[in-house]
Amino acid sequence: MEFPKDLRYTKDHEWARLRDGVVTVGVTAFAVEQLGDITLVDLPEVDSQAQAGEAFGTIESVKSVSDLFAPVDGKVTAVNDQLEDRPELVNESPYGDGWLVTIEVDGSDLESLLDAAAYTELVAQEQ
Amino acid sequence: MRYIPHTKDDIERMLRVIGASTVDDLFASIPEELRFEGSLDLPSPISELELLAHLHELGASNQPQSHASGTLVFAGAGCHPHAIPSAVSTLAGRSEFCTAYTPYQPELSQGTLLSIFEFQTMVCELLGMEVANASMYDGASATAEAILMAQRLTGRSRVVAAASLHPEYAQTCTTYLSGLGGDPTASPRSAPQGREDRDPLVQVGWDSSGALDTQGLGRAIDDRTAAVVVQSPNFLGIIEDLDPVCRAAHAAGALVVSACTEPLALALARAPGDAGVDIAVGEGIGLAGPPNLGGPGVGLFAARGKKAVRAMPGRIVGQTLDAEGRQGFVLTLSTREQHIRREKATSNICTNHGLIALRFTIHLALLGQSGFRRLAQLNLSKAAFAAELLCGMDGFEPAFSGPFFNELAIRVPDGDADAVVARAAVRGVVPGVALGRFHPGLKDILLVSINETHRREDIQRLAKSFKSMG
Repeated sequence: MEFPKDLRYTKDHEWARLRDGVVTVGVTAFAVEQLGDITLVDLPEVDSQAQAGEAFGTIESVKSVSDLFAPVDGKVTAVNDQLEDRPELVNESPYGDGWLVTIEVDGSDLESLLDAAAYTELVAQEQ
Repeated sequence: MRYIPHTKDDIERMLRVIGASTVDDLFASIPEELRFEGSLDLPSPISELELLAHLHELGASNQPQSHASGTLVFAGAGCHPHAIPSAVSTLAGRSEFCTAYTPYQPELSQGTLLSIFEFQTMVCELLGMEVANASMYDGASATAEAILMAQRLTGRSRVVAAASLHPEYAQTCTTYLSGLGGDPTASPRSAPQGREDRDPLVQVGWDSSGALDTQGLGRAIDDRTAAVVVQSPNFLGIIEDLDPVCRAAHAAGALVVSACTEPLALALARAPGDAGVDIAVGEGIGLAGPPNLGGPGVGLFAARGKKAVRAMPGRIVGQTLDAEGRQGFVLTLSTREQHIRREKATSNICTNHGLIALRFTIHLALLGQSGFRRLAQLNLSKAAFAAELLCGMDGFEPAFSGPFFNELAIRVPDGDADAVVARAAVRGVVPGVALGRFHPGLKDILLVSINETHRREDIQRLAKSFKSMG
């Protein structure tokens, strides 16, 4: 499995994209493959605070529930409302329409997160 | 699916497949010092004949209502037995229903799952709700779970409860709220420090009609209130007007939990869901079987809305299509439950009172909607006859002015309801429940419960039993 080179990754299988001080967060295609058909995504309120490494919501498939972990500190500026009626977007387009939240960051970057190569290796070890 | 125990051969074959030599090997993770050695302190086995004699002796200490023995029972107070048609026991007694152990696998238990789906549908119709679960253990624990659900949904923890909620239901709720920690939405990863209790129930009393004091309610509700808990018909037998209760609660962002210990009343009274109640619970044993000394019961539990469904405890059966497009039934929304969500589950209940729920379902199916209504009307008119007869006697009067269904609170002369109970016992009548043991201020009140098994002459005997002999 190939992972987009322009993204950064967490060991909990979230991806992050930084643009103009705002980080978009989602789950990777590997996570989606492990979870199966997504049935529910429970996301935080807009304007709530996210803390790096802390759970900000949950993602459910038919047989499991997993926490979603924030990759960075910051304020949640948007959540993907489409997922309420169409959680399958996460399966169909995990890096695109299946995005989860955007977090406004205070000048920090994503350097501490895994790059595509490091994440690929993490996934290889988990399998 | 009938339950058939394993034979020694079955067990040996299974052990060989998994590579264990004895069943004890499967418990190897339990430390030696915690394992029980020796034999249990039990009497030696007895023959079937001796056992039957022993059970009959124990059973003889019960004094159920019986026209053979002449004992009449008018006791209710949360337990309202009704006549159960013989067909209920015949059908529910089939070994596929009676012996099956948690029969939820769709491959083998379509009949059971279908009957649970029917049960859920009936509960929704009775309570005026959108989704019901496969049942809880009883009305008391259902009420407690409803409070926890309301706390999860609102993120608040304060609970305002009518003082006319059954005292034992209130006790159960208090027990459930103890040791949980203050914040209902806290992630278990930051486990509560120490075993703090959530706030105890804030009680609101009743007015002279016996219904909830709405002004007191208004003063008690605030923006920290998660749930307002009310019972109808309440513990005093009075039917509550739930609409204003719901308006007051919703205005403050709180949810309303209503409990019903006599679902038959709902054939005639306004459905809780129609009045705006958010989570409706109840006790169904009265329509399913004999009181069984107070248990097992069957808890009814229903709510409405997508968010509520996800926050509900208990098993839920759903209707679906199989791979070949045929209708079938399965357990659904299992990710709420503890075998998947573990410590974040909506509850630790992982079963239901299936056999009792089945009996409830069969009985209601036999009655049908019009039969259910006729049964309720019969109860209502007998209770009205009893009220007129009993309260026509010197010194006896209705304790409250509000409307009642089949249970009425009567104020007795000389302020001593226990004395009335003692006098009636001599005449083979249990005339009701003296309320003094629940509330000291109610020592002069006898709660009398009437149902369709009471003939006119039985109610007349009840009236006579209030007076002393001679």
